[in-house]
Amino acid sequence: MDRTAIIGVGMTTIEAEKRRETFADMTWEAVNKALSDAGMTIADIDNVVTTSSDFWDGRTISLMAVGDVSGAAEKNVSCVEGDGTYGAFYANARALSGSYKTTLVTGHSKGSQCVSSLITNAAFDPIYERVLGMDMITASAMQANAYMNRTGVKPEDAALVSVKNHGNALKNPMAQLPMNITVDDVMASEMIADPLRKLDCSPVSDGCCAVIIAHESVATKFKQKPIWIRGLAFCTDSFFFGDRDLARSKALTEAAKKAYAMAGIKDPRKEIDLVELYDAFSYQELLWLEEMGLADYGKAAARLKAGEFNLDGALPVNPSGGLLSGHPVIAAGLYRIAEIVLQLRGDAGAHQVKKAKTGLAHGVNGLCGQSHCVWILDKEK
Amino acid sequence: MAEKEQLIIESGDAAQPFKYAVGMHGSKFFTETRDNMRLMGLKCPKCGKVYVPPRGVCGKCFVEMDDWVEVGPKGVIGTFTILRFAFIDPETGQQKPVPYGYGFIKLDGADTLLQHYIDIKDESKVKIGARVEPVYAQERKGITRNIEYFRIID
Repeated sequence: MDRTAIIGVGMTTIEAEKRRETFADMTWEAVNKALSDAGMTIADIDNVVTTSSDFWDGRTISLMAVGDVSGAAEKNVSCVEGDGTYGAFYANARALSGSYKTTLVTGHSKGSQCVSSLITNAAFDPIYERVLGMDMITASAMQANAYMNRTGVKPEDAALVSVKNHGNALKNPMAQLPMNITVDDVMASEMIADPLRKLDCSPVSDGCCAVIIAHESVATKFKQKPIWIRGLAFCTDSFFFGDRDLARSKALTEAAKKAYAMAGIKDPRKEIDLVELYDAFSYQELLWLEEMGLADYGKAAARLKAGEFNLDGALPVNPSGGLLSGHPVIAAGLYRIAEIVLQLRGDAGAHQVKKAKTGLAHGVNGLCGQSHCVWILDKEK
Repeated sequence: MAEKEQLIIESGDAAQPFKYAVGMHGSKFFTETRDNMRLMGLKCPKCGKVYVPPRGVCGKCFVEMDDWVEVGPKGVIGTFTILRFAFIDPETGQQKPVPYGYGFIKLDGADTLLQHYIDIKDESKVKIGARVEPVYAQERKGITRNIEYFRIID
């Protein structure tokens, strides 16, 4: 099979409200950063994939808002409605198709411009579920209770994820919420929906990320050192929450297995050096690690406590600070990919981890991980 | 200062009304809860799984379902939460009073869980595995709120 690589990344700072900037302003910044990172001009890009959601953006055909600033004029541009990892998945398929060589993929979101609970409420079935008022936080609280009930993990165990990730964010200038906090601070923060407290939840955020994916035939033609895509897969669970086992995430187990197989990874615990995953809520970091086979089920909390997932631990998880430190919905997964790319290149700055040859980036589509996308990236081809 | 305020333009009070078809299966489900206070599910002819709320196709087996079975009325809490943050009720557009209980109910005889409100008069009893029963509304309009909430019976 042909190979592809990521040859440029660009991201804006993640902020609570980018009041001065439109979707196009944010995208312009991220796209130009990615082009400059790659040593390319827009003329070197032969097609564009944007990632956005009409509901979040409050307009129909949301890609139209960012087409010009993505350099899509007179090019083939298409939009993926979902997390950025899915937009990048499609961008990668295009780079592999034989029709294109260099795909620019963007993901943008401004949570500040809408009532996020109403947007996530609209993700539920309009006949049976939506009228009851469920939203992302409510649904995740129910998943947290199901997971804690099954594993015996306590809210204070999950709170340590928040402490670690906000702490990591102190070293990442792109992060929205760098904070030096303790488990006691998390446990003393306002109860939002049992068992989730305010500091267990990711914030509402604005931000845009851009990534350039190239076919191997042109991957070394430009300035930047390519980071190779070794494996990627996504898998989806049932739409109705009531059909799923909320304490588990089979879709993630499957997606990870497929991505490992494609990458030729036999023992992910030994072969993966760092992880950037979708920690929209503190407990999710533990659950996702377990479902990806990077920790035994119910045992990630103990390894977290032992410091293994710290920036200087055996398996650094979310060295950027993760979603808990900034959650631009839709763009969030693309930020995970871009962060892994910077780490593998050795360009992550103050939050650079020591050993970084092979990294895993993870994105989620739908509430409570209905669908998961897993990327294995590598310094070496 | 005046210039700063113009950085944002609000959408105003305009609404985008939408009509959702309940469908044949939803219609049967809501008619039964309204007229007979019965909860109905659909059974897959292939894997035997009973789906509540009912829908036309078992996605796993990729077959149509038309075998209606009565489920509940009692069941157990599969998982739950107690909402403590103010939330805009999508039905009314008004702030919903907090706290209130939310849960997934595994009705006796069903294989999937039904989403509904849970009575939280005694919070200490709201637990995964607690037995519950539906409390029907006096006036039932043929919607999800034909049932007001589920109450704990342990």
